[in-house]
Amino acid sequence: MNDHTLDISLTVNGERVQERVDARKTLVDFLREDLSLTGSHVGCEHGVCGACTVRVDGEIVRGCLMLAAQCDDSVVETIEGMSDSGEVGDLQTAFEQRNALQCGYCTPGMLAAAQDLLKRGGVPSRDEIREHLSGNYCRCTGYHSIVDAVQAVAQQRAGKSR
Amino acid sequence: MKPAPFAYKKAHSLDEAIALLGEKDARLLAGGQSLIATLNMRLSAPSLLIDINKLHGLNGISEKNGAIEIGALTRHAQAEHSEVIAKHAPLIARAMPYIGHPAIRNRGTLGGSIAFADPAAELPACLLALDGEVEAAGPKGRRAIKAADFFKGLFETALAPQEVLTAIRVPPAGKGTRVGFAELARRHGDYAIVGLAASARADGKGLSDVRLAYFGVGNTPARAKKAELALARGDVDAAVSALDLEPHDDVQATAKVKKHLAGVLLRRVASQLLETRP
Repeated sequence: MNDHTLDISLTVNGERVQERVDARKTLVDFLREDLSLTGSHVGCEHGVCGACTVRVDGEIVRGCLMLAAQCDDSVVETIEGMSDSGEVGDLQTAFEQRNALQCGYCTPGMLAAAQDLLKRGGVPSRDEIREHLSGNYCRCTGYHSIVDAVQAVAQQRAGKSR
Repeated sequence: MKPAPFAYKKAHSLDEAIALLGEKDARLLAGGQSLIATLNMRLSAPSLLIDINKLHGLNGISEKNGAIEIGALTRHAQAEHSEVIAKHAPLIARAMPYIGHPAIRNRGTLGGSIAFADPAAELPACLLALDGEVEAAGPKGRRAIKAADFFKGLFETALAPQEVLTAIRVPPAGKGTRVGFAELARRHGDYAIVGLAASARADGKGLSDVRLAYFGVGNTPARAKKAELALARGDVDAAVSALDLEPHDDVQATAKVKKHLAGVLLRRVASQLLETRP
C-alpha cells in the first residue's frame, strides 16, 4: 500500500465496512461500485445537481465532493438505509401520489434533502422548502409537485405529533 | 469525469501540514467543495492532497482580543447557526444563506472559501467590506494579512506556497454598525452574477465609513470607492452613477449587464444600510 490507496473502515447503513480504496475515488463512486449501493446517483460530478446527496455523520453532503478516503471512521447513510428503516416511507408515498417524480434520477437525492429539512420539525413554508431543495435539480417535474409532496408530509407529521 | 490519481495524507498537526506543503504539487484539502469539483473536472491535478479536516484548534468561533475570530475549518453551516456571528458579525450571517446549498454548507469551510479566492464568492467580499484580516502560518511563523492586501488576482492570494490560512478575523459590530448584502444569481445558491457586501456606520441620519465590496465583477472582490463617498453624502443616485467598476464579460452576463446589475444591487443595499432601526 502507498499513499494512492488507503484502507478505510466505516459504517454504511448500520453495517461495518472495511475496504481498500483509491485515494481519488469519490464517496458516491465508492458506494455504487464497491458496495453496489446504486441508489445514490451520479449526475454532474461537480456539486451542482444534488443527485448524489447522502448523509455523513448525520449531515447531508454531496457524495461527489467527498473522497471515500475522507469517510474513514464515519457513519454514512444512503437512500437504501433511509428507505429500509422506513424513515422516508411517508415521503416516498407522497412523491408517488403527487407525481413528484417521473424518471426518478433526482429522487434519492431529493428525498435525502427533503428529510434533512423535515427532521428539524415544524411545517416549513413553500419558500423554505424550495430554498432547502435548491441544490437538487429535477429535469422532469418542474418542482411544484415535489414542493407539494414535501409540504404534505410536513403537515401530516406535524398532525401526528400533536 | 474522475480525478487524476493523487496521493492522500492526513495531517495530524499544523506543522505537519506546513511541511507536507513543501512537496511538489501539494494542495490542502479542507471542505473540498470547490477543490474536489475541480479535481473531478481535471481542472487541477495535484500530486498530493493534504487532508487538514481533522486538525485540532482550527475550528470554532470566538471573541478574541477585541475581534471575532473564525477558525479556518469552521463549516459554513456552523457560522450560519452561530449566535456569535449573528450578533457580532451580522454581515457574514446575512451572506451565509447565499453560499451554495445546505449540503454544500455542511462541508465547505470559511477558511477554504477565503483561501480559494473565487472572484464570484461571497465571503472574500464580506472580509473586504468588514476590513477584516486573515491569519496565516508557515515555515517562518505566523502573520496577519489585511483583506485589502490578501486578494491578489484570479484565484490568487498573498499566501506563500507553504502557508496555511488558520483563521479569519473581523471587527465586532458596534451599536452604529450597518451592514447590507445582496446578490443576483440564476438559481439560489449558485455563484453570483454580481453581488455586493457592504458595511457602514450610522452617522446621525446618514452614513460614514461606507465600504462597498462587489464580487463577480472582476478578478478579485473590488471596492467601489467613488460610490462609497457619494453614498456617505446620502446621494444614492450619485452613488449609482459614480460606480467605478470594470467588470468583464463572462459566461453569465456581459460587462454592460453586470454594470447595470451592480447599480440595481447598490440601490437595494443602500436601503438596507439606511434602514432606521429601533
